[in-house]
Amino acid sequence: MLEIKDLRAKVAGADNEILKGLSLAINPGEVHAIMGPNGSGKSTLANVLAGRTNYEVTGGTVAFEGKNLLDLPPEERAREGVFLAFQYPVELPGVNNAYFLRTALNSVRKHQGLEELDAVDFLQLLRAKMKLVELPEALITRAVNEGFSGGEKKRNEILQMAVLDPKLAILDETDSGLDIDALRIVAEGVNRLKNEKHAVLVITHYQRLLEYLVPDFVHVLFQGRIVKSGGRDLALDLEKRGYAWIEEEYSAARA
Amino acid sequence: MSKNYEVEQLANQEYKWGFVTDIEADSVPPGLSEDVIRVISAKKKEPEFMLEWRLRSYRHWLTMVEPEWANVSYPKIDYNSIIYYSAPKPKKQLSSLDEVDADILETFNKLGISLEEQKRLSGVAVDAVFDSVSVATTFKSELAKHGIIFCSFSEAVQNHPDLVKKYLGTVVPYTDNFFAALNSAVFTDGSFCFIPKGVRCPMELSTYFRINSAGTGQFERTLIVAEEGASVSYLEGCTAPMRDENQLHAAVVELVALDHAQIKYSTVQNWYPGDKEGKGGIYNFVTKRGKAMRGAKLSWTQVETGSAITWKYPSCILQGDDSVGEFYSVALTNNYQQADTGTKMIHIGKNTRSTIISKGISAGKGQNTYRGLVKIMKGAENARNYSQCDSLLLGDKCGAHTFPYIEVRNSTAQMEHEATTSKIGEDQLFYMQQRGISAEDAVSMIVNGFCREVFRELPMEFAVEAQKLLGVSLEGSVG
Repeated sequence: MLEIKDLRAKVAGADNEILKGLSLAINPGEVHAIMGPNGSGKSTLANVLAGRTNYEVTGGTVAFEGKNLLDLPPEERAREGVFLAFQYPVELPGVNNAYFLRTALNSVRKHQGLEELDAVDFLQLLRAKMKLVELPEALITRAVNEGFSGGEKKRNEILQMAVLDPKLAILDETDSGLDIDALRIVAEGVNRLKNEKHAVLVITHYQRLLEYLVPDFVHVLFQGRIVKSGGRDLALDLEKRGYAWIEEEYSAARA
Repeated sequence: MSKNYEVEQLANQEYKWGFVTDIEADSVPPGLSEDVIRVISAKKKEPEFMLEWRLRSYRHWLTMVEPEWANVSYPKIDYNSIIYYSAPKPKKQLSSLDEVDADILETFNKLGISLEEQKRLSGVAVDAVFDSVSVATTFKSELAKHGIIFCSFSEAVQNHPDLVKKYLGTVVPYTDNFFAALNSAVFTDGSFCFIPKGVRCPMELSTYFRINSAGTGQFERTLIVAEEGASVSYLEGCTAPMRDENQLHAAVVELVALDHAQIKYSTVQNWYPGDKEGKGGIYNFVTKRGKAMRGAKLSWTQVETGSAITWKYPSCILQGDDSVGEFYSVALTNNYQQADTGTKMIHIGKNTRSTIISKGISAGKGQNTYRGLVKIMKGAENARNYSQCDSLLLGDKCGAHTFPYIEVRNSTAQMEHEATTSKIGEDQLFYMQQRGISAEDAVSMIVNGFCREVFRELPMEFAVEAQKLLGVSLEGSVG
């Protein structure tokens, strides 16, 4: 489904590469977790995959279902089925939450050759999904993320994901700043999305979220490369031992 | 093709038949003098009082200088090169849409102005074959049943001279300002509307329906009078782009709301703004003002997207006790457009209330200025005002300016003023794009969200069109 090969990228206009040859393959039905210390390039990877313009790809390829993802503008990537749950969801004052989400869903559906949903059908779908993420219905009529608490914003991301039903969901530190209840709700939302056709890429600093959301693969990102891959145990190892030993191992290997 | 366009076409057929007009098809030489004004008045077969009023206006205008305080810049206007009178020329008849300018057609399509939709939105019961004569007749007879007069200003001068004489210049005297004086001297036509005591106008009055609205020229004059307890909603303008060979437009609009009357005046202004380099747009210098007597309510709602320069302050004189004034405005400037717009709320009566909601949007190299005055006079016990001025910037070459003036001479007044300036952030655009929404749709959603408090004041059909209009007006403003 997603095939990243030797990906290199930097902040536009900057000198230093942040991603220095990252390779990763994700198949349908898989849950991958990317862990790593601060500054290792985790958020850069999420943003580059989603197509944020202030990053510049300097090398490598990203294929999504055979298409060159890097050639597509952000909205096309979204319509192809790539979803990014933002680390810091932005507020859109005056833009009604339900209207926003319906516009998004219909642009995705249109692209995929499906019929657009009218307001009534959409509201039905939205209500059902809101229950899953335990968001109060009153938020339907509010402006997107405006005045939402930190936890509500993150759950709103998961709501959007549940409505848009993407093929690949990328969660960029969705767990940061969440209390244990919100964490559970977020993880349940993701677990419901998971099936043999969908894949999830979880980017996180801590393994806390992974207790609820069991990954098939865990990768350690360090200095812009994946330096270690393993199963769930690797996350537990990292939790116990921190990232220092990875650093040592990595430096030793390069020496 | 827009209905408005057809109305104009069909209206001109009526001119051809001599159904309404008795104006000869010719014009006077450029320049302004008392003789020119006499010619204008004579051609329009005006009563003596009209001519005298025009001449007094002209003489006063000669003593005035063009104001320069507005935050706009433009080359000096040569008032002696303007032709002040030319009879309405019938527009060229087109046999098919192929003959219409491709740009205009494209804009019609983007605005979604289909004949069917316009009909539906404006709630008009018309046959599939649009028959202007029957519509006009139905419309006029319905209004006549209620004693409502709705006609061109010229017709009013002919048929209702007493009403014109009684109210003309009572809200905007010819001494008011340079452009109002000029308009008073040379205005050619406009709208007149009179709602008698206690009558609620059963339909929204729109210039769409004022059949001989074509060719009102650059100096338009509108007078709306609502007698005691009467109410009316009036729509002016059209979202379809309006081109005109006259660069200077100096209109005057006067609203008179007698005791407990209500007048709601909605405008969508989309005059030609000039090309991307700012060449050739229209200068729109308008004086709009209403007077509210005891318990009366005046409400201005405007969506200004056109013109190279807009200079306009729809205002309310809250003369009677308990009267209410409202001003809701969206002004958008793109490319090289300049807008200096706002309102004046003059509180004279006791317990008078006013609300100002202004939304300025600047894109490209556009400059947008809000200028407003809230004045509480000595006798205005317990006056209240709420003002909110928000500016939205798209890009970094445009500007937003706010000049709120507040003068309070009565210590019981309550004033609130809020102002914000925001920018559409790349973060916001990226967030929306990541959900599958194109950048242009994203901008238009944010802009429409920004304007929602104003749009909800517009009559339904205008609100829908205004949203689309903003989208079209902002096209190409996203990096």
